[in-house]
Amino acid sequence: MALNPDFIGRTYPPSEPYLVGREKIREFALAIGDSNPAYHDVSAAQGLGYADVVAPPTFAIAFVHASAEVAILDPDLGLDYTKVVHGEESFVYARPIVAGDELVVVNTIANIRAAAGNDMITVRSDVSTTSGEPVVVTTMVIVARGTDAQ
Amino acid sequence: MTTNLKFTDVEVGTKLPALSVPIQRLNLIKYAGASGDFNIIHWNERFATSVGLPNVIAHGMFTMGAAIRVVTDWVGDPGAVVEYGVRFTRPVPVPDDGIGALLEISGEVTELLDAGRVRVTLTASSSGQTVLGKAQAVVQLA
Repeated sequence: MALNPDFIGRTYPPSEPYLVGREKIREFALAIGDSNPAYHDVSAAQGLGYADVVAPPTFAIAFVHASAEVAILDPDLGLDYTKVVHGEESFVYARPIVAGDELVVVNTIANIRAAAGNDMITVRSDVSTTSGEPVVVTTMVIVARGTDAQ
Repeated sequence: MTTNLKFTDVEVGTKLPALSVPIQRLNLIKYAGASGDFNIIHWNERFATSVGLPNVIAHGMFTMGAAIRVVTDWVGDPGAVVEYGVRFTRPVPVPDDGIGALLEISGEVTELLDAGRVRVTLTASSSGQTVLGKAQAVVQLA
């Protein structure tokens, strides 16, 4: 059955702080095949004005996706995760993520809509430092195939 | 944010240097570890084909992460990318045949925005098929 639209607007408690590690940034950059010195070399990043190595634009997914499971896997929402595919993703940065940042994520179910027999769920994740400075807002649309037909 | 690329040096239609990214299974294994996305369809062919996929498929977020390099290589400072969004329109199968897949990415300035920012529209394809839709980045220039 279709997902309950009453969940639109539901916000979950903040995640535990995620400490952005220099080696995790390097590992992520290597994994996407990117040797940009700003990701790997502290002095190169400092030359661009950053305190430490900079994270690639999609790095936030490495901790945001796990934190968003609080929404996606909410048993009351009733989403069948085995039928889920990733539909869209976006990042809107207030500033780049830099090694040493300690970040918390607040997840909100921004939208639920039915389209062509599928449920589309939009999860907005607001990422800020532990002292409250906004860093990035990510938006993920996941598609639950065929939930309408059941 | 420090880039040498000036807003006054680009116009709508400015093309970014294109990029080809070979993808083998090893890249997906590394990405799984780096991102924490261990979904079985990205590394187990037996399982992937059992759920109707043509083969193991690349993480959409791997493709998204690889594609933005066209912009970050162009602008130099990755922090100049202030917005980036895509739709995942088609999976990228990565066969275990010693060749894998080839992701081909290009980008073009499609809009001049306020405050020295431009919109770049990316195209990403593999085996002649588009794999990302509405792939756009907003980039802060000097």
